[in-house]
Amino acid sequence: MPVAPSVTRKIAGDGIVLSLAGGWVIAAGKALEAAAAALASGALGAKSATIDLAGVDRMDTAGAWLIDRARAELTAAGVPAAYRGARPEHALLIREAGYRPLEAVTRDRSSHALMLLAAVGESVYTSGADLVDIVDYLGEIVVMWLRLALHPMRWRWASMVYHLEMFSLRSVPIIALINFLVGAIVTQQGVFQLAQFGASPYAVNLVGVLGLRELGVLMTSIMIAGRTGSAITAEIGSMNMREEIDALRVMALDPLEVLVMPRLVALAIALPVLTFIADMAELAGGLMVSWLYAGMAPAVFIARLQNAILPETFLVGLIKAPFMAVMIGLIASTEGMEVRGSAESLGRCVTSSVVKSIFMVIVMDGVFAMFFTAVNY
Amino acid sequence: MNARRPSTLDGIREAIIRVRGLKVGFGDRLVMDGLDLDLYRGEVLGFVGASGAGKSVLTRTILGLIHKRAGTIEVFGYDMDKLGPQERLLIGERWGVLFQEGALFSSLTVRQNIQTPMREHLDLSQSTLDGLAAQKLELVGLPQDAADKYPSELSGGMTKRVSLARALALDPEIVFLDEPTSGLDPISAGDFDDLIGTLQKTLGLTVFMVTHDLDSLYAICDRVAVLGHGKVAAVGTIDEVLLSDDPWIESYFYGKRGRVRAGSVDKRRAERAGNEA
Repeated sequence: MPVAPSVTRKIAGDGIVLSLAGGWVIAAGKALEAAAAALASGALGAKSATIDLAGVDRMDTAGAWLIDRARAELTAAGVPAAYRGARPEHALLIREAGYRPLEAVTRDRSSHALMLLAAVGESVYTSGADLVDIVDYLGEIVVMWLRLALHPMRWRWASMVYHLEMFSLRSVPIIALINFLVGAIVTQQGVFQLAQFGASPYAVNLVGVLGLRELGVLMTSIMIAGRTGSAITAEIGSMNMREEIDALRVMALDPLEVLVMPRLVALAIALPVLTFIADMAELAGGLMVSWLYAGMAPAVFIARLQNAILPETFLVGLIKAPFMAVMIGLIASTEGMEVRGSAESLGRCVTSSVVKSIFMVIVMDGVFAMFFTAVNY
Repeated sequence: MNARRPSTLDGIREAIIRVRGLKVGFGDRLVMDGLDLDLYRGEVLGFVGASGAGKSVLTRTILGLIHKRAGTIEVFGYDMDKLGPQERLLIGERWGVLFQEGALFSSLTVRQNIQTPMREHLDLSQSTLDGLAAQKLELVGLPQDAADKYPSELSGGMTKRVSLARALALDPEIVFLDEPTSGLDPISAGDFDDLIGTLQKTLGLTVFMVTHDLDSLYAICDRVAVLGHGKVAAVGTIDEVLLSDDPWIESYFYGKRGRVRAGSVDKRRAERAGNEA
């Protein structure tokens, strides 16, 4: 460690001599600040001051700035101060890196509670604009879809197949696992709760109808919103950050066609397939629990299931899947396009992509439930 | 005549960085094959080499960002393989790096970027931090109103300057500069060279500079090292390196873009010698 910076005060005639010693370097931290404060207050009230730099071992830009600021403060307080005995390199340093009067930094001092409320208000206020954006975007996608339907040569098959693999094949294990567990849990609770009414065999109806109509597609959509929606936002967002999207635009390529469409179509194919897998896993979970926990033979489970559900029950879940997929894809890619330069904005957009998609998936599921009830399907 | 040319002095020079037998590779490809290099205290070492020869790899290996396969690296006399957490922290305070792309923290303002090393390593008051950040901005030649901008709002040249300001925040002993003047206009690049020269004179700064800027090499580098075939192909003052008969060095310094400068420097040197005589 270097010698700590120090100031010695001596009265010479009607002036004061402040002799500096030690290492005036930033590594000294607080000690450097304290020494500079001592320097600035050391000669207050005197007629003049001399700052003797001959004893300074080392000085860096921070030291030079603090010494020079102390001198400026003395001068401002009516004590003319001058340097003496500086080594040539220190004099150069003070000249090059010395204190310059600057406007004080203004900091935003509004309260956190107020800022939090303002943020909530802003997000409510802009949610309408979000909706308009999504509809606007949906329109662009439809136009792009028609254009691609007319010119199938422009369709990006390789990209679509790649994303299909990423979105569907790679998520089969996790989708199968969570839906197996959900099916098992629903059946176990059904058997246990319905036993009070002597109706535990109806747990099969519960897992069949609930699983196929709602839970299979809902769990899968939520999982895909988290797993794939976030990936789409992060990919498009980081491409946006690094001007890759701009590069596409100047090559007269439409990022919507090149980046968004293959992902959107891959998602619209993947989600129904995954929903089917989810349905099967859910029923398998139900079968296993009713066999091991409730002692119902698999053949009985299957016979009861055939009585409980209709083809419509199964199709209701499957019909919803492509709509969920398009919603997730739209939200994920609009959020990706919203990303600006900073890492923070990427994080914010990925978060809002996932939150919005999951929210919209649940809202849409509710709307579908009302619709199918109304049409008696 | 020129006090800041340590390579012309035959005294004992302290090697602040000592690299011995360095081997670095990716997969089957060996990028560094037994490289030796010394960086002496107070000098500016210019590092040149063909694109893709591994200049940035060497810099990153010395900084500990890439694992080496063999060899030793000593910085400030510490073997980089045997550092405790405390020593690593101390070394972090004693060197500063200007990355090629700036590597500014994108979610912090320019002022916060410059203050980050000071805030993390030292206990200073907010007013001092603000003042020092303003001073660093001034040093690197940026206007004060840049302080509240975010990195995404800066031009390429400004990013380099802010990155240098951040590298200098703790007044380090060594500064690593990875292509500091690339992307700057010639006037700014000249100012940059002057700034490095001034800091080196006043602070005794040691500079490790990867560069392709021949003007920088001539203007501020005390020694030049040429990287080729995984080794230092030539090292010495620029005149010594120019005498080398390596074909790459010849085409680098005497090629279309090098000849003019080499010639003008020769002429200037001759004039100066004449004036002194």
